[in-house]
Amino acid sequence: MKIFIISGLLVLISGVRTWAGDEAPTVLTNKEAIALVQTHADYVWTLVAAALVFFMQAGFAMVEAGFTRAKNAINIMMKNLMDFSMGSLAFFAVGFGLMFGVSKTGWFGTSGFFLSDFSPGGDPWVLAFWMFQVVFAATAATIVSGAMAERTKFVGYLLYSVCISALIYPVFGSWAWGSLYKGSGWLEGLGFIDFAGSTVVHSVGGWAALAGTIVLGPRLGKYTKDGKVKPILGHNMPLAALGVFILWLGWFGFNPGSTTAANKDIAMIFVNTNLAAAAGAVLAMFTSWTKFGKPEVGMSLNGGLAGLVAITSPCATVTPASAIVIGAAAGVIVVLSVLFFEKIRVDDPVGAISVHGVCGAWGTLAAGVFNIGGTSAKIIGVQLLGIGACFLWVFPMAFLLFKAIDITVGLRVSAEEELEGLDVVEHGGSAYPDFEVSHAGGMGAFGGNGLSNTEIAAEKMLRKPVEQT
Amino acid sequence: MNKIEAIIKPFKLDDVKDALNNIGVNGMTINEVKGFGRQRGHKEMYRGAEYQIDFVPKIKIDVVVDSSQVNQVVETISRSANTGKIGDGKIFVLPVAEAIRIRTGERDENAI
Repeated sequence: MKIFIISGLLVLISGVRTWAGDEAPTVLTNKEAIALVQTHADYVWTLVAAALVFFMQAGFAMVEAGFTRAKNAINIMMKNLMDFSMGSLAFFAVGFGLMFGVSKTGWFGTSGFFLSDFSPGGDPWVLAFWMFQVVFAATAATIVSGAMAERTKFVGYLLYSVCISALIYPVFGSWAWGSLYKGSGWLEGLGFIDFAGSTVVHSVGGWAALAGTIVLGPRLGKYTKDGKVKPILGHNMPLAALGVFILWLGWFGFNPGSTTAANKDIAMIFVNTNLAAAAGAVLAMFTSWTKFGKPEVGMSLNGGLAGLVAITSPCATVTPASAIVIGAAAGVIVVLSVLFFEKIRVDDPVGAISVHGVCGAWGTLAAGVFNIGGTSAKIIGVQLLGIGACFLWVFPMAFLLFKAIDITVGLRVSAEEELEGLDVVEHGGSAYPDFEVSHAGGMGAFGGNGLSNTEIAAEKMLRKPVEQT
Repeated sequence: MNKIEAIIKPFKLDDVKDALNNIGVNGMTINEVKGFGRQRGHKEMYRGAEYQIDFVPKIKIDVVVDSSQVNQVVETISRSANTGKIGDGKIFVLPVAEAIRIRTGERDENAI
């Protein structure tokens, strides 16, 4: 039996050898074959990672749905679906070229629109690279939908979504990442470290979210006349938690995938990503426990995300021990930041500004401070420059964009529409048809802090928060 | 005929139902309601912001019985729903003008 198998294998192998090419292998053809296998592996890893990052869209959808009210759940789904779908098309048409096209000035690209770098039969690497980059662009875009949830006009949101994927995100991206393909950015030329995009993706999304929430104003019923916070409860904490777990999983594509190459570097990036998330969740839990007397689920979940966002920039250039410190700090920062923005009347239902904007900035700074090769004033200076440049580009652009949308088609729904719920008003349906989800006054199950009709009318006229009893 | 409305703690429903069945009351309607009397609610917390829950979940039981049974029914409900703690609930007795069985058209005493 053994002899049968061995001779069978020998026949097979010699048969394969004679089939696999006319000549016998040489050193040169072996070298080419090995390089080809590596190239194939690069493709596979990059595209698998792209699929993981795509799945983060589901994560965002679940987090946002869980932290908001049931009467707006369809609207959340639509915004997330469109962020990715319209974003894909916009990034195909315009964004990719601006971000990775040939860049004479170092400020934006001017080639590669409509994926013109690819022609059938040509090198398909640009397709794999585009696929990986489009899911990153979509991540930045969808960050904003959570902060602007429950009171944004759908049409207004769509207009914003196209603009961030087509213009705002790619232009900044070209400064930091252009040379990954055909471009070159002034920021990366100075040595800016942002391996997977704490600033390029997350802070861009975070600052756009800040602009959007400021232009929109807080949700009805969120604040009393004297500025006290009245919590608007999310309708499904298990969904929110599921979303965080999905995002955590997707981040294993986001960070290690940014090598766009199948090599051993991905191991440390994986470990750093996980440790930072874990430290973030634990420290956020302890921070909430200390401040509020009980470990709070919303803050703990945000803590995990904060750790992930923070490690995104330094993930390839810090030690695992540093990753824990970076994530832990993010866990504390995010809790304080959420409370801060609530206090200054910036109503962010999911904490997107704090998780992505603030912790994105922290992670970018940390990349300089904890740099594995050592830090210096220059390194930290360039990191700060990048953080500042991002804010100075994104926030004003997004603010003007939202203002323009507000003046033309309108950015915020009316008070009655907001109280009724966006699902029925904007989409003609209900996410949970078996349940009564629209409560007068828009506060979740218990508490009964409804607005009377007079107050609704007053709110509408004055566009100011009405006193809650 | 009288309608007896009893507002009780939700976990006491099975005890009350069984006790009523034992004295021959085999029909009832229940509602899930919220309310408060002397039992105030409690404080909860969401993302660091505190809020007061004033309304406490309760179950409302409606039974319609012949006037002669009212005292027995009230006593039965009282006994089976009692825990001795604040929030046990209340019982109200109301008059009923007419009762009709939909399937057969029977009226009043034949309908309950």
